[in-house]
Amino acid sequence: MKICLFHLMPYRFLPDDFETRYRSVWVDVPHSLFNPQKCHLLYNEFLDELEHAERMGFDGLCVNEHHNNAYGLMPSPNLMAAALARRTSRAALVVLGDSLALYNPPLRVAEEFAMLDVISGGRLVAGFPVGTSMDTNFAYGITPTTLRERYYEAHDLVMQAWTRPEVFAFNGKYTQVRYVNIWPQPLQKPHPPVWIPGGGSVETWEWTARLDYVYCYLSYFGYKHGKKTMDGFWEAISRPGADDNPYRAGFLQLVGVSETDAQAERDYGPHVHYFYQKCLNVWEGFAEAPGYRTLRTLQSGARPQVGLAAKQIRQALTWKEYVEQGYIIAGSPGTVREQLSDCVEKLRVGHLMVLLQIGSLPKDLTLKNIELFGKEVLPHLRGVWPAAEDRWWPSGARPTFGGSPG
Amino acid sequence: MAVGRPTHLRWVPRLMLAREEVVPIRGGTVRFRGLQAGVGEPLIFFHSFEGLAGWPEFLERLSGRYAVRAPLHPGVGGSEGVESLDDVVDLALAYDEWLTALGIDRCHLAGHFFGGMVAAEVAALCPSRVRRLALLSPMGLWLDGVPQADSVTLPPSELHPLLWKDPESPAAKAWATPPPSDEAKATAQIERIQRLAAMGKFVWPIPDKGLKKRLHRIVAPTLLVWGDSDRVNPVAYGEEFLRRLKRAELRILPGGHMLPYESSEATARALLDFLSAP
Repeated sequence: MKICLFHLMPYRFLPDDFETRYRSVWVDVPHSLFNPQKCHLLYNEFLDELEHAERMGFDGLCVNEHHNNAYGLMPSPNLMAAALARRTSRAALVVLGDSLALYNPPLRVAEEFAMLDVISGGRLVAGFPVGTSMDTNFAYGITPTTLRERYYEAHDLVMQAWTRPEVFAFNGKYTQVRYVNIWPQPLQKPHPPVWIPGGGSVETWEWTARLDYVYCYLSYFGYKHGKKTMDGFWEAISRPGADDNPYRAGFLQLVGVSETDAQAERDYGPHVHYFYQKCLNVWEGFAEAPGYRTLRTLQSGARPQVGLAAKQIRQALTWKEYVEQGYIIAGSPGTVREQLSDCVEKLRVGHLMVLLQIGSLPKDLTLKNIELFGKEVLPHLRGVWPAAEDRWWPSGARPTFGGSPG
Repeated sequence: MAVGRPTHLRWVPRLMLAREEVVPIRGGTVRFRGLQAGVGEPLIFFHSFEGLAGWPEFLERLSGRYAVRAPLHPGVGGSEGVESLDDVVDLALAYDEWLTALGIDRCHLAGHFFGGMVAAEVAALCPSRVRRLALLSPMGLWLDGVPQADSVTLPPSELHPLLWKDPESPAAKAWATPPPSDEAKATAQIERIQRLAAMGKFVWPIPDKGLKKRLHRIVAPTLLVWGDSDRVNPVAYGEEFLRRLKRAELRILPGGHMLPYESSEATARALLDFLSAP
């Protein structure tokens, strides 16, 4: 199994009464709450934490894109991946990813991903999220009902720009380019592995299977609630005939490792609460613009991960409930090992992504979490799925890889 | 959460005076479903995001003197083909083709908010088709200093006090009363999302889509009707339309944004006076 550290880079300094005083952490969160001096320190702490994860044996480092929010301070994950490309030498750089429909022309993504792949010696995982409604419809003004069409067209353009041998013309509905010819081309051939992060859309599952990509479920409800979604995923992709290779799936889980179960509560309790109550405090109106989800997905009963109903489910949770319901897997190394093995086996996940910097968790505790996870948990999970072949791992990200590109 | 009754899904005439009509255009790519009632000169009414189920009272009143047709916008309540329409000009041209398919040459146009924008677009693109144009709190312009309410985004509970002058009025209460069963609630919720998504496609994220460059093409006498307590689309927009139209008058009536539904009689009267003027 592959294990990656996922970082959201949240703003750690929201006021204590944030969720009662402000309606939303996303879209219209006032930037009077933002302190650039503090954020200067944050970015550098966060990069230190990601770099430390490589030293602790993590296989990959995940960054992602969000806008107008205090939940994740990475409008450009590519900038963070570029910084990591120079300060790491072995780990996969999993950019999860660039929201294709937000780039005009989307060739910008093809170019920047190719740059990252070349700089890092072929360590890039190319992630293409549709993007949340908050990011795409509200922060970037994309019309909800055209978002997916734009996304699919942009995907086709990027993949063609990476794989077609000739200079070509692209006559799309949203993008027209007479001469498509990107320099540089990616180092990995035919192209970097593609992972699609998602929140449970039926169409995305089928599309992912058809194109033989990895599907990553980024759940805000933890692995116990995520089981139903992942079961739906495995069933949906079996219809177009995809096999059940666990490496087709990625899953994100919050994890907190301490010396003991009791210490885990002391270390992570307040920060998990900060994450669920402040970082996910999204106003109902911004949770999903009308048209963001297709009729089919609405009819499938999929519910938004943020907004009023989600908030009501999460707002009264105690530490005990966060743990029991799987929102976070936390405790001693033994406890975490046992529950995480159960999680990846039940969900059939080959690419596990763990969120170890959670909400307001400060650097010293984050490094402790990374260190304990790397030393006490990670080695025990490596051996899961011994018979499966990971066809979606960047070719330059082998543990032995350390040289400069030839 | 309180959700409005499905407004256009079950467009069932309350008094069974209106009958259903389905008209395909563009080889069936777009299919307009709607209701019609009355005899006389043709009068088209274009609906907006919010309304009330059934054949509204003010249309019933208008149908006493006009052949009223109220089509549903593509993607709403059984009208199809919204995915094939790229922008509001495309939509207006589809309505031009719909009129042709019905054999209607010249007609009166009316519309509420989003529907007002559509009526204005049709009148600007096909000026010779339109006898008289009645715009009820129309959308389509943008004033930086007076932003419209984000009515496509607001949850029903927060939209309710903005829509109605008197949120306790029977019409306002009817709008806010959720259906009785959970199943009907879920269906109503999906219908509402689909309805807002379909119209939202043409005005997201700001409804300034070029109408201001086309308004000068309108030649028909135009009536602008506004509720004095319109908290969704402030009356400043009425004044802006008035400045940009050649032959327009602005009438302000007691009422909120949902004027045609909460002040049906006054709205119908204003329209009848205007449409029948020599």
